[in-house]
Amino acid sequence: MAISDKQKKLIICLGAALLLALAWLLPGAGLLNPYLVQILMYAGINMILTLSLNLVNGYMGEFSVGHAGFMGIGAYAASILTVWVLPRSWALWTFPAVLVAGGLAAAVAGLVVAFPSFRTRGDYLAIVTLAFNMIVKSVLENLEILGGPRGFLGMPRLTNLFWVVAWVLITVLVLRRLVYSNFGRGITAIREDEVAANLTGVDTRRLKLYAFLISAFFAGVAGGLFAHLLQFINPRSFSILKSTDMLVMVYLGGVSSLTGSLLGAAIFTLLMEILRPLGLWRWVVGPLLLVLLMIFRPQGIMGFREWKWLGQGPGVRGQDAMP
Amino acid sequence: MLQILGQNVLNALQLGSVYALIALGYTMVYGILTLINFAHGDIFMVGAYLSLAAAAFLLGLPLGLPLVVVFVGAMVFSMLLTALLGVTIERLAYRPLRQAPRVSAVITALGVGLFLENFTLGLLGPEPRHFPSLITMGVWEVAGLTITPLQVLIILGAAVLMVLLDLLVGHTLLGMAMRAISYNRPIVPLMGVSVDRVISLTFAIGSAIAAAGGLLYGLAYPVLDPYMGIRIGWWAFIAAVVGGIGNIRGAMLGGFILGAVEIFTPMVLPSSTYRDFVAFSLLLLLLVFKPTGLLGRPVFERV
Amino acid sequence: MSLLEINDLSHNFGGLRAVSDFSLEVREGELVGLIGPNGAGKTTIFNLITGVFKVGQGQIKFQGEDITRWRSHRISSAGIARTFQNIRLFKELSVLDNVRLGAYARHAYSLLDAVGRSRNFRQEEERQRQRADSLLARFNLSRYADTPARNLPYGEQRRVEMARALISGPRLLLLDEPAAGMNQSEAQELIRLILEIKEEFSLTVILIEHQMRVVQNLCQWVKVLDFGETIASGPPQEMQSHPKVLEAYLGKDGALAGEESGNVA
Repeated sequence: MAISDKQKKLIICLGAALLLALAWLLPGAGLLNPYLVQILMYAGINMILTLSLNLVNGYMGEFSVGHAGFMGIGAYAASILTVWVLPRSWALWTFPAVLVAGGLAAAVAGLVVAFPSFRTRGDYLAIVTLAFNMIVKSVLENLEILGGPRGFLGMPRLTNLFWVVAWVLITVLVLRRLVYSNFGRGITAIREDEVAANLTGVDTRRLKLYAFLISAFFAGVAGGLFAHLLQFINPRSFSILKSTDMLVMVYLGGVSSLTGSLLGAAIFTLLMEILRPLGLWRWVVGPLLLVLLMIFRPQGIMGFREWKWLGQGPGVRGQDAMP
Repeated sequence: MLQILGQNVLNALQLGSVYALIALGYTMVYGILTLINFAHGDIFMVGAYLSLAAAAFLLGLPLGLPLVVVFVGAMVFSMLLTALLGVTIERLAYRPLRQAPRVSAVITALGVGLFLENFTLGLLGPEPRHFPSLITMGVWEVAGLTITPLQVLIILGAAVLMVLLDLLVGHTLLGMAMRAISYNRPIVPLMGVSVDRVISLTFAIGSAIAAAGGLLYGLAYPVLDPYMGIRIGWWAFIAAVVGGIGNIRGAMLGGFILGAVEIFTPMVLPSSTYRDFVAFSLLLLLLVFKPTGLLGRPVFERV
Repeated sequence: MSLLEINDLSHNFGGLRAVSDFSLEVREGELVGLIGPNGAGKTTIFNLITGVFKVGQGQIKFQGEDITRWRSHRISSAGIARTFQNIRLFKELSVLDNVRLGAYARHAYSLLDAVGRSRNFRQEEERQRQRADSLLARFNLSRYADTPARNLPYGEQRRVEMARALISGPRLLLLDEPAAGMNQSEAQELIRLILEIKEEFSLTVILIEHQMRVVQNLCQWVKVLDFGETIASGPPQEMQSHPKVLEAYLGKDGALAGEESGNVA
């Protein structure tokens, strides 16, 4: 049975609306185990992080190792707004704006990485991102006003399943539209051959800037959600270990695939939860998984492929046709 | 004032020696495989623990061994086993990826590093271990400076290892093969050199030197924990990049610069907690303005 | 009026002089050849014109405008397109996407247009798509539209590269050894194709080529380079017997000149 574009669009809209409604109603009515809700929220936050990192590491083919830095900036910026700036009684209504502000703060920090990316790439750019992550963490540790190494607290628990699902949907929507446009094609062309891309008329610098800013923005939003879920953040939550977790999720799910990022984040979150009884040994599994993955299935679960509902759709041909 | 400065220069040299030893491993592997071996800091950590185990074992024997014997025994034991570890890691994790995109190998290296850390943590628990003191002689006063025999041992020991390595790379067949591979890998097999063997030996030597660094570090800063390799590894890595990654003399230079950064940061900034900030900012600036490092060679892109 | 004007262009690679005092004037509609032995600096000149290398010395003017310091994408949008000696397609992308990317700058819309799927976005995408389709059809590539570029045979990859260069609507086309690796009949085919597209797209062409037969059949005049220096210029027939050219290719005595003349370049 063939489905027309219009019908497909309708189904997607209805599906999204249904998802949002469920995310709103189920936990509210107490129909979902709070522990499960908690895991779902972490999975959603991880999805946003993974999607955002995939834009840079997958589609653009650069290698960012410091994404937790952006997440941290978003988390701290959003928390400062809710704790110090905005009146507590407004918190519920201003939360989306607070998250956007956190994302914007992270995007501004993205400039620190975007500009060096004009001149260096590959290993050197990877080191730049790493240095960025370390600097963010070190600055946070030294800012006594933000609690230094002890961390920052006092955020109300504003993050709920509804907001998490909403932001996952927004991230998917924006990235999908970006990927299937000149911008996305240009970003992928940078991965394939930067010089040739520039020579065919692609303003590679501008696109790198866009990619880093958008990627940093969503990582920052995820940071804000994380901070208002945990109600407590400290610099160590945004260390290079967090960045490595994101890498695992991206490469587990598969590069250059939105579906892959969603799957990778979901599986990783679930796995970490299932392995909780292992205690300290749990942290051995993630790295081991990463190494095995690189050796035996470097493209991840969905590398370069897309579930057809997330792909370009029947009306437009393109990247999803890859074998 | 001058005395404090002199004392700190000495401390910087001591710390820089350890950084330089570890930086050598990063730089050798990068030179030969263009792989950032992010696991190297953790190989250093394992080396330190192995030294500790050997030293504790030898001290525990009812033979009353002289400390020199214990020191040499621990060094030989940990260098051999750590070399074996390095070779095994290369064999199991990196070699299957030699034809794969470079990113895969770098990610694998990150994974191996985390694995070593967390495996050690699972095995030994999070409590720090204390390194036995093997150098018990007093201190010397020279021109108002306090010099400990340990300091002399570390600086001289590191210097000897570095000179040996420099000679090895510059003047032996193995060194020539290493340089040949880093220059042009495809033609090396044509000249009758086994690339696999040279790469294995590179990992062995780099890891052994890191183990020696681990022992010296353990003597000077006698508290070991499973995550010690992260910070020291990153610092040594910065040292390698600052000097120009792939360049052995650059790694030594970088090591001493980073040692100086660490020692002198608290003298200039309010607290030693700024040292990471200073080191990584230095790295960032250097990468933006002189991406090849101080002694690195420029890389052309072919069009 | 001259379309492209290069004055006293020089370029060094770490002390090695790759191009030295190179000047060139190309008029609208001309088909010019750039020949010379390997390492003579021909591709370097292309890289300087298209902004891949920064110009140290000299000046490049296109349509009267100084483009010496422009970045590649701007030069491309101004109307200079090129192909590469060793084909450089976006290998994992589909043929359609490869060609579409050539029109990247022509069909501009903002990031907000793309994320909001505005009318401007849909119109430009549709126009770009149509242009790409018609170019694919012109180059006989329609059936490969969805195939990743790396899966195409060599000859087809060359055509994709050409389609990608032409979709931007360039005035000047730089072809870097388009006949490399081709046999005689394929080269013959190529000559015909180049002449056709030159008319169809009203192009001016500069060609780097090793096969003398191709140069003779195509170029109105050629410039011969050796070690970065211009050693001769004129109609291709004259170049074959030019003493300096023979010397550059064959060494001083030029003993083989007679037998090999058909394949000199």
